[in-house]
Amino acid sequence: MQRFSVRNCVTTNCRGSVQALPQLRPAMNDPESREMLLSIAPTALPIGISGIEKRFGGVSVLRDLSLDVAAGEFLTLLGPSGSGKTTLLMILAGFVRANAGSIKVGGEEIIAMPPHRRNIGMVFQNYALFPHMNVFHNIAFPLKQRRVSTAETAERVEKALDLVQLKGLGERRVDQLSGGQRQRVALARAIVFEPRIVLMDEPLSALDKSLREHMQIELRNLHRRLGMTTVYVTHDQREAITMSDRIAVMNAGCIEQIDRPEVLYAAPKTRFVAGFIGDSNFIPVESRNGSVWYEDRKIRMTSAVPAAGCHLMVVRPEKLRLVADAQPAGSVNVIPATVGDVIYQGDSFACYATLRDGRQVTLRDYCRSDVLARLPGPGEPVNLGIDAEDVVLVAAD
Amino acid sequence: MSMQSAILPHAGARTLNADALHADARRETFGLLALLSPGLLLVFAVIIVPIGWLFWLSLFDETGSLSASNYARFFQQPSYIKTFLTTFKVAFAVTGACVVLGYPLAYMLSQLPRRAASICLILVILPFWTSVLVRTYAWLVILQRKGLINSWLIDLGVISQPLPLANNFAGVIIGMTHIMLPFLVLPLYASMKTIDIDCLRAGMNLGASPAATFRQIFFPLSLPGLASGVVIVFVLCLGFFVTPALMGGGKVIMWAMRIEQTTSLYSNWGAGAALGVVLLAVTLALLGLFQWLLGARATGVWSSR
Amino acid sequence: MSMENALPISHRQRLWLYALGALVLLFLIAPSVIIVIMSFSGSTLLQFPPEQWSLRWYESYFGSVEWRDATIVSVKVAVMTMIVATPLGTAAAYAINAGTLRLTGAINALLTASLIIPVILIGIGTFFLYARIGLNNTLTGLVIAHTVQALPLVVLTVVSGLRSYDMNQEKVARSLGANRFSAFLQVTMPQIRFSIVSGALFAFITSFDEVVVSLFISGGETTTLTRRMFNALRDQIDPTIAAISTCLIVLSIVLLSAAQLFGRGR
Ligand SMILES: Nc1ncnc2c1ncn2[C@@H]1O[C@H](COP(=O)(O)OP(=O)(O)OP(=O)(O)O)[C@@H](O)[C@H]1O
Ligand SMILES: [Mg+2]
Repeated sequence: MQRFSVRNCVTTNCRGSVQALPQLRPAMNDPESREMLLSIAPTALPIGISGIEKRFGGVSVLRDLSLDVAAGEFLTLLGPSGSGKTTLLMILAGFVRANAGSIKVGGEEIIAMPPHRRNIGMVFQNYALFPHMNVFHNIAFPLKQRRVSTAETAERVEKALDLVQLKGLGERRVDQLSGGQRQRVALARAIVFEPRIVLMDEPLSALDKSLREHMQIELRNLHRRLGMTTVYVTHDQREAITMSDRIAVMNAGCIEQIDRPEVLYAAPKTRFVAGFIGDSNFIPVESRNGSVWYEDRKIRMTSAVPAAGCHLMVVRPEKLRLVADAQPAGSVNVIPATVGDVIYQGDSFACYATLRDGRQVTLRDYCRSDVLARLPGPGEPVNLGIDAEDVVLVAAD
Repeated sequence: MSMQSAILPHAGARTLNADALHADARRETFGLLALLSPGLLLVFAVIIVPIGWLFWLSLFDETGSLSASNYARFFQQPSYIKTFLTTFKVAFAVTGACVVLGYPLAYMLSQLPRRAASICLILVILPFWTSVLVRTYAWLVILQRKGLINSWLIDLGVISQPLPLANNFAGVIIGMTHIMLPFLVLPLYASMKTIDIDCLRAGMNLGASPAATFRQIFFPLSLPGLASGVVIVFVLCLGFFVTPALMGGGKVIMWAMRIEQTTSLYSNWGAGAALGVVLLAVTLALLGLFQWLLGARATGVWSSR
Repeated sequence: MSMENALPISHRQRLWLYALGALVLLFLIAPSVIIVIMSFSGSTLLQFPPEQWSLRWYESYFGSVEWRDATIVSVKVAVMTMIVATPLGTAAAYAINAGTLRLTGAINALLTASLIIPVILIGIGTFFLYARIGLNNTLTGLVIAHTVQALPLVVLTVVSGLRSYDMNQEKVARSLGANRFSAFLQVTMPQIRFSIVSGALFAFITSFDEVVVSLFISGGETTTLTRRMFNALRDQIDPTIAAISTCLIVLSIVLLSAAQLFGRGR
């Protein structure tokens, strides 16, 4: 049990300190399952990735990529198709060879180590279960490679099956399993040998929506219980936000930003991150003379004023409000606009408005009676309010 | 907030571990080459080396001095010219016969429902697996003077004298067509299978008659498969030995037989080698031309059998 | 038959097409059928259908020491060719499939060269080479020459097997602690075994049926069955050959069925 509590404090990494620590997870209380876990839980180790370069032919796919993963952390690589997520994962697992760079697991360099000595559990998108073996032998495979005795193998496979809630299915053939069950077998196989790290490449993308959501929670719980360092790849932002301790947003072979989900959402650092996670309105502003201006209006903001030049103000649709007063009051910024369309969506409504410079913005709010009473019609001029603390600026490309 | 901002302490970060990784990549390459090497070595020793050697031999005349006489002979001796003419005549005739017989067969196979098609396909593949010698023997039995065809026709009173079917040009063509037919049908069938039926339906929907749809859509789409079949059949015909040697009755001397006679009978290695070198050059040139024109490899035929 | 494969053809034309196709199929298969039937003939005359039936040509085949020796040589060579060509071809196919090597085109061309190069050239070439190193009329020489001819078929078959196999499985096996070779043995091979077996059968039949190269490099003690048959056919048409041919046809059918069965096992 100690190792679960302790590992969250062990955030040593090669360079610099970790500021965004994962919160301490609830310790296990149930003595029975704790005992069960002790023999199966992998020893969590931190990963230090630095200076990874990967070129395919002449094309640079990963560019000087560095990333630290704390011991026991659940880190998600999120990014559009082709951004290099799979490539990075394959480099971690040893199936793709980087052109340069270093990967340290618990301080040990593994970049040139063959895959079978890396002790990394891996779950592929299509699960890659061995169809010529039954469930038991699939899960026992890593133990067999490590020459674990038959009795212990049986015991550990049993525990792993229990952990992924597949008790009693050991004798099943792989093609007799449902998609979700296959997923679980793949997972059990990847953790049964207590790997130092678990890597998953879009493991849920082949499942239908409801099962996917169910498995997200299950995976998350399993991670909570076992606390293995996990690097997870997805291009589904919801999935990333639901599951991760931290998310690394990748774009064109670089990491744009790496942060806790809520920070990523509230304070995106680049236009790409703001656009990729959640919906955003981008409003062009200019920084001059130590303050920020939208046209002739001074923007009130709580964060620091950036260097002089053009910037984009990122405003989430739900942070925009309809305000009655055209003049800014207190800490609220007001931007005039004309309503294009209002769409009623049951619990909420979306209001599409056009700014004076012709730019489209979206406002979203709940259908509270006070708001509904003052709902504008198409063509009506409105005032959009933004709280000073919601103002986030990113560089304008 | 982000760890990304941590600046790399290494000045040479761009090349971090690059040497170790490069060495690792080289190790893997060597491993794969080691897997390939036994096969490549055998091919090199048994095909490349002897052929190179033959080429070398072909450059010397009988007195052992360097000369082009082995090649000059082709243009001077009528018997050589006749051999080349015969060879190309046979190759064209066989290829033509294969197209005429093979296209309808492949078309039928592509029309049949799956099960029926796979049964019929077995009938095409089975001869592929049967010894050329056995099939040639069968045709000898069927076609010779006192063979099946002749005795039937005489029994039926159609003819009074046996027709000369074997031991001549016709016998060679029939026997070789039988042997080459699968080489044409299999790639052609494969390419017909990939033709999108919706494409044809669209054609007919747009008012084209079945015949026009066939001519304007189906036939052009099946051409690549036909072309690869034609090329492989033609090329194989050029160097074919067994059937003409057994069914030609000594009257149809093809290129490969000429090579065999020159080397085995007359022990003139220089001349035989020169014949072989030119045959190889013509073969490779045809295949190269084909690949250049269509961008496809003719060896694909074998993977479908 | 359904409208699904209704290609551009009218009903009448379809009947014509089927009739023509059936005739061509008959052309392909009839010679083998006729030979099989005639091999049971009782007379030296080649009649069809035979007037009396007997097994005398089979007796003549199995009773002849020469034919028996030639058959034994052919079987020996074919088995050894299969044993050599299958692992070599599989290894080469694996390396080609890995796809990380440069010059894959050249490697492919070299490995499949013997399918394209006129066999007669391989025949005189190997004869010439073997004459220098004393491999003519030896089993070793035959096995080497036949292996070179069988290799491309094994490579092509196994490569196509590997193409339809999910290499992620081998990757998973490696991440789970098996080294590359062991992952291949435990995970990849059981799943491409059908292709490997088909390739092995190809190798066997290629060697067993090989004529031209054997004409040059076999002889005396190591005369192969095909060489002896070729010479016999040059002289006169001996009905014993019908019996031998029938045995070869049966062998082809057995091997082809085996390949089909294994192929289906996927
Ligand atoms: N073996 C390869 N050879 C050449 N280019 C490759 C290879 N593998 C990947 N790439 C290229 O590298 C880039 C990154 O690919 P990668 O598979 O890592 O993307 P990804 O982020 O996983 O995308 P997705 O979300 O679609 O899975 C792509 O542009 C891809 O075309
Ligand atoms: Mg991917």
